[in-house]
Amino acid sequence: MKLPVFRAGLIVTASFLPLSLIALIVFLVIYSWPAIQFNQLHFLWTNDWNLGNLYGNPITVQGAQIMPGAKYGIWFLVVGTIVSSALAMLIAMPIAIGAAYFLGEGIRKSWAGPLSLFVDLLAAIPSVVYGLWGYALLVPLFGRYIFPFMAHIFSFIPFLNGDPGSGYGLLTAAFVLAVMIIPLISATLRESIQMTEPALKEAGLSLGLNRLEVFWHVTLPKLKTVLIGVGILALGRALGETMAVLMVSGNALNYLPNNIYAPISTMAAFIASQLDSALQDPTNMAVKALSEIALALLLITVVVNVAARLLLWMARVR
Amino acid sequence: MAAKEMDVGVFRKAGSEGFRVSWSRRLTTAFAWCFVVFSFLFVAAMFISIIGDVFIHAWPALTPQLLTEITNGIGGGLKNAIEGSMVMSLGALLLAAPIGIASGIYLSEHGEAGTGKMLRFLSDVLVGVPSIVLGYVGYITMVIYLGWQFSVAAGIITLTVMLLPYIARSTEFALRNIPVAVREAGYGLGANEGRVVLHILMPGAAPAIMTGLFYAVALSMGETAPLLYTAGWSNYMWNGHFTKEPIGYLTYVIWTFINEPFAESHRLAFAAAFLITSGVLLLILTGRWLLRRGQRRMGVYPG
Repeated sequence: MKLPVFRAGLIVTASFLPLSLIALIVFLVIYSWPAIQFNQLHFLWTNDWNLGNLYGNPITVQGAQIMPGAKYGIWFLVVGTIVSSALAMLIAMPIAIGAAYFLGEGIRKSWAGPLSLFVDLLAAIPSVVYGLWGYALLVPLFGRYIFPFMAHIFSFIPFLNGDPGSGYGLLTAAFVLAVMIIPLISATLRESIQMTEPALKEAGLSLGLNRLEVFWHVTLPKLKTVLIGVGILALGRALGETMAVLMVSGNALNYLPNNIYAPISTMAAFIASQLDSALQDPTNMAVKALSEIALALLLITVVVNVAARLLLWMARVR
Repeated sequence: MAAKEMDVGVFRKAGSEGFRVSWSRRLTTAFAWCFVVFSFLFVAAMFISIIGDVFIHAWPALTPQLLTEITNGIGGGLKNAIEGSMVMSLGALLLAAPIGIASGIYLSEHGEAGTGKMLRFLSDVLVGVPSIVLGYVGYITMVIYLGWQFSVAAGIITLTVMLLPYIARSTEFALRNIPVAVREAGYGLGANEGRVVLHILMPGAAPAIMTGLFYAVALSMGETAPLLYTAGWSNYMWNGHFTKEPIGYLTYVIWTFINEPFAESHRLAFAAAFLITSGVLLLILTGRWLLRRGQRRMGVYPG
């Protein structure tokens, strides 16, 4: 039998993809294993990230060498990550649906093409440029004018009142994240809207509904699975976003936000900003604890993405 | 006459009363329209605001010395960073394109079996892995364990892992759009699988695959997080070594120089942002244009 060289070559190269995903997880687990043993699982819901006294002598606790007083709790990161992404979804979802309808059905095709370039190009802007924009334009604008105004107007609503802060914080981070994920949701939804069977829409129109009512009562319920799938995908992106959040979130440490203007930090941004100080730890436990955060973040995003892909796969969106 | 009048009467009645749209419904629709228009205007305004903000701040810094001088601590030019960004993107493309395209061929030609489905699923999940996690794994494996230190190779390989799934999926879509009959014609003439793929399918899918590659380069140019702890940073030009030699890149300039207290550093950060944004947008637009042109002129299969 002749050996199918071409196909064998394809299989070998293609296996790079799953191998690299498995390698990511394996390397992280191996490297952070001492930290996992030291921190157990409860490091996720304790709130004290402290590298310890870096000038002291290393001590041995539970069989692991650490600096005196070192503790690695990341509850504030878990809260910051989840709340900022959830808030971003809350802002992004309605606007993304609105923009998708506008470009998919609201205007004539010949205009929709050039105008949807705005959405497509917005998705292509690098995240560090979003961060720069947030830092240079949004933070002063929000901190000086909008947040004090909002805190004053909504002074009776919990979490919206209180100290409007400096502009760096939860709401700014969520706003930047929202602008980043709107094009992701909007682009897929627009295509799905255009691919919905016309017969369904015509049935709705013939019942006397206008086009917006058809969209709301017929098309959107039909696209529910797509919407949830794309939403979760965008959520995964927001959870893992690093640079933009790093530049506008205020990088809080061991601090839980008491309103939506308060500074936060997220797991991804924390990994990016803390490696330099973690390297000061001669026992190396801080770097390993950071890699445990990376592992936790990786597992969260893998779970989120698997859920989204299964949903989209069921809805037969490629 | 009478009958006609009655008809008109009935018609009028139906028009004016039978189908009367209640005010609340009209109001809801009007409000919904306002919201729809608002959401598009919001997206457009955000885009224009980002581009405008970057351009206005970058304008005073766009001088020829950006391209002729290297960065120093607080200012200077961007020659080394521009070179570094190009080296990294092209290096990652050179590594990722063959592997990614081969994986894409496998996914499209044999992707219906169990292994193919599994592979597609895992590559979709790989797309969702946060880039900072990729960077951190690159740091612990290549920078520390292999002892490469902050280096060009570590940065390029990290970017490659990030680009692989994108290239694989765009190649798969490009090949999928070619009808089965084309493959059957090839096999019917006695060509083997390699010949069918390389000589018949690939030329037809080339514009769509090229577009995918353009997008991939744009993506890798704009990345910061995976490079922070793999490529490091250098104020000097690249000396050609792949390991133990850090390299500068534009996105690093943006996020560190904006934190300096000097106006000159800020201008440089905005200039870097302007260069990177225009580069990325130009690549994306070129990719789209290539695809359009390919579809129109050569009559290739839609991408």
